Amino acid sequence: MSGPSLMDSLFQRSLEDLIKGLRQQLIGEQAFISKSLEEIRKEIKSTDLSTKSTALLKLSYLSNLHFHDMSFAVFPALEVLSSPRFSHKKIAYHAILLSFHDSTPILLLITNHLRKDLNSTNEFEVSLALQCLSRIANVDLARDLTPEVFTLLSSNKLYVRKRAVAVVLRVFEKYPDSVRVCFKRLVENLENSDPQILSAVVGVFSELVLKIFSKLAPLEPRLAKRVVEPICDLMRNTGATSLLFECIRTVVTSLSEYESAVRLAVGKVRGFLVDEDPNLKYLGLQALRIVAEKHLWAVAENKEVVIKSLSDADPNIKIESLRLVMAMVSEHNVSEMSRVLVNYALKSDPVFCNEILGSILSTCSRNLYEIIVDFDWYVSLLGEMSRIPHCQMGDEIENQLIDIGLRVKDVRPELVHVARDLLIDPALLGNSFLHGVLSAAAWESGEYVEFSRNPLELMEALLQPRTNLLPPSIRAIYIQSAFKVLVFCLHTCIMQGESIAPSASLDYLPSGVSASASYELFDDFSVENGADATVVHGQTRASAPITEESIVDLLNLVELAFGPLLGSHDVEELGPVSLSAQGKVCLPNGLVLKENLSDLEMICGDIEPSSSNSFSFGNPNEEKDGLSFSSLQIKEDSEQPHESTSLLAEHRKRHGLYYLPLRKSEIISNDYPPANDPTLQGDINDNADHLVKLTAESLVPKRKPNHSKPRPVVVKLDEVNEKPVAMKQPESRDNSLSGAVREVLFGSEDILPTSSQSNLSNSSKRKGKEKQHTDPHVESKESAVGDGNSSSRRRSQGKERRQRSPRKKNDEERKDTVQKEKKNRSGRHKSIQRAEEPLKVPAQTSVIPDFLL
Amino acid sequence: MIKAVMVMNTQGKTRLAKFYEYLPVEKQQELIRGIFAVLCSRAENVSNFIDAESIFGPDSRLVYKHFATLYFVFVFDSSENELAVLDLIQVFVETLDKCFQNVCELDIVFNYSKVHTILDEMIFGGQVVETSSSEIMKAVEEISKLEAASNAITLIPKSASGWRSR
Repeated sequence: MSGPSLMDSLFQRSLEDLIKGLRQQLIGEQAFISKSLEEIRKEIKSTDLSTKSTALLKLSYLSNLHFHDMSFAVFPALEVLSSPRFSHKKIAYHAILLSFHDSTPILLLITNHLRKDLNSTNEFEVSLALQCLSRIANVDLARDLTPEVFTLLSSNKLYVRKRAVAVVLRVFEKYPDSVRVCFKRLVENLENSDPQILSAVVGVFSELVLKIFSKLAPLEPRLAKRVVEPICDLMRNTGATSLLFECIRTVVTSLSEYESAVRLAVGKVRGFLVDEDPNLKYLGLQALRIVAEKHLWAVAENKEVVIKSLSDADPNIKIESLRLVMAMVSEHNVSEMSRVLVNYALKSDPVFCNEILGSILSTCSRNLYEIIVDFDWYVSLLGEMSRIPHCQMGDEIENQLIDIGLRVKDVRPELVHVARDLLIDPALLGNSFLHGVLSAAAWESGEYVEFSRNPLELMEALLQPRTNLLPPSIRAIYIQSAFKVLVFCLHTCIMQGESIAPSASLDYLPSGVSASASYELFDDFSVENGADATVVHGQTRASAPITEESIVDLLNLVELAFGPLLGSHDVEELGPVSLSAQGKVCLPNGLVLKENLSDLEMICGDIEPSSSNSFSFGNPNEEKDGLSFSSLQIKEDSEQPHESTSLLAEHRKRHGLYYLPLRKSEIISNDYPPANDPTLQGDINDNADHLVKLTAESLVPKRKPNHSKPRPVVVKLDEVNEKPVAMKQPESRDNSLSGAVREVLFGSEDILPTSSQSNLSNSSKRKGKEKQHTDPHVESKESAVGDGNSSSRRRSQGKERRQRSPRKKNDEERKDTVQKEKKNRSGRHKSIQRAEEPLKVPAQTSVIPDFLL
Repeated sequence: MIKAVMVMNTQGKTRLAKFYEYLPVEKQQELIRGIFAVLCSRAENVSNFIDAESIFGPDSRLVYKHFATLYFVFVFDSSENELAVLDLIQVFVETLDKCFQNVCELDIVFNYSKVHTILDEMIFGGQVVETSSSEIMKAVEEISKLEAASNAITLIPKSASGWRSR
């Protein structure tokens, strides 16, 4: 008995002491924990196994509940594991479960211990070892221990066998060749009469199928037919809610072709929806949403409940019902629905309010604003939404405002009107969420100022004092728009007047504005004059005639607003640049400015400039660009614009692919098909709720929309094509596992299990084989489900579980393989069901191996 | 499969945590904190489900139940049915009750090993293997007997409290 270690071990704190000590907190928790950790480190090095194991237990506790790292205890854990005592083993396994993972370096040293314990006669030791294996198995462990697992699969102790089956999946995953060894036993277990074993085995199969075959295996369509009836019976007769829910979910996700089943399911869902229990309500709404994709009538039938749920206390329920309501929106009722939803939003908390606004925005903008017919109304709605106190959707609104302005020419007057309303209100300037919207509004008022009714008012709005509060980038837009408005006003004034000589108006320009800047402005629109005069003049809707006095006022305003800016460091004066200074600027390599452009003749030839009615988006900029280019070569002023536009036009003709469309070539026709599903049916159940009536309006198919004015044209610009989502290659280990399973099933094929290429022939071959894989056990399930002799007993003892594929392909044609099986928690085991979605890929037939029949 | 089981009290202290997929301890702590943040903002009579995708990654759902001062939280993927997991929580709590007679939070605090044993009997490697609380109890009792038997070999207790009790 060595003195110190005995003394130490005599007074070792047990886990209980540790916990008690922690709770007493005499010296503060952190200090106590560090002291204990020190003790543990000493104790864990002791040679006495009991001391070590207690230390290990304490460490596990600290690691688990106080999140301390215990990786230094890896070796001691192994040492404790070697103890013959059950309690030590338990502690050691617990520690291993907490701290070991795939990359722990000494994992291999466990192998022998595991093997010993797996072969033990004590079922609890076996279970401990199995559990350990299930969590930390890597390739080597799996490979080495496959024989043991194999033995255990046929153990006569139910307790052990259940767990062996559960472990099998993990072993398979890591070491696919083990499939060869274990698969048969696994399948034999399928025929076991014990429901628990059965459910464990089916669980393994489901996960196997799910993880590996979900993308490849075609499904047996006959199975769905067979299964529908029993499921419907179950739904009618069962008392267990969870089982009922499972059936409903099965039906709506994968058996949705069977109308009667769907009707029955929807009826049950209705029962859920009116239940008091919020859980059931939520699940009912969820199920309804899944149904809604194909069967909107189901939603229509239940719409009162759905709409009532919008104001439920539970946030989950609110969001689900919001989604359902959005599914019911169509072009007939979009305006009224939005009105009602916005009212809801005003009354709700911030989070839900933004949810509502977000969903309105995304629904309305889907597919280039497919469901919007009256853009004027929509634009004003956007303006209104910006004003809602909690609104945080400023960016999206900004995007849509600008987007609509670009695409829909006819709405620009209304757009400017809305912009003016937004700009005039000084209260909005302080709201940081709205800066995006304000910048959009400012930009549009500048861009489309010709549609404005009162440009002077716009100017005042843009120049109001509180704009100083805005961030610089937004302010820049305001300034640019202000100049655009100014130019427009001057121009209109001149057109109206004709008597004011250009030179005279220069006197009005305040000295603060630099002379060259004003010259440039002037040059610009003197050229524009010719081209656009008629166009602009015709469209001016100025209610206030722009007189000389008003121009003076404007200019004074501008000076007032921008004068101080010129003095600030943010703004640089645009001074003239002399020719010699320009000459000193060194050209970047390869850029030849003065080259004769006659080479372009080859490309462009002789082309007249396009008429001024063409799509105005490109033209003014073109001319300005031509001008700025020519400012370097002042001599060629007048000719350059013509040439450049004609060259441009010809180039556009030859290489039209790369340009924005000149004409509105991709017009969405005015009588486009109704946005809602033609399958919508349903009676209009009238009640006090406005929304209900509105959603009902969307249900009459084929009725031509009566609109007071035709839908404006929405231009579709050349969008960048979305990259097609890459088909996910199955991982190589999946390939090897599937290969292994295939091998087991079909014995003598020379298919290498380790091929990691998935070329088309392989995958199609695999399709056939996997189908076979599901086929046999589908067959065995079928025999369980059908009205066979002994199968009625099996039928009453099996389980049903539902799995959904974690990875969905982007291909909309294919539905995923779903296998269902259910475990009934409350011990009321009823029938075994398995439902699978029929896939469109045709099944290939091949021989079913004997041992599986 | 079940991804994680957690029991935490209304102040956010973890009383039980079991993750069926390996996660480093810092990540575990983060996750638990995240869940607690969501849980304490839930009202009383709302549904027991939370969308766990932002915390646990894709394809995860969360079901929780509030008993006295404890939240029981189960995280699972789409292969499990929410209502069934609710039932599972019920089974777990019933088993705890049978084991400790009128279980309260302190029982869970002081019986770290036993609670883990119970949980391991119910959920094995993420799969549910036992749903009958009486069966679980039987197994747990046998295990405790085994443990006690294996410890009885020593005549001299090795822990300070054992020494004192002599």
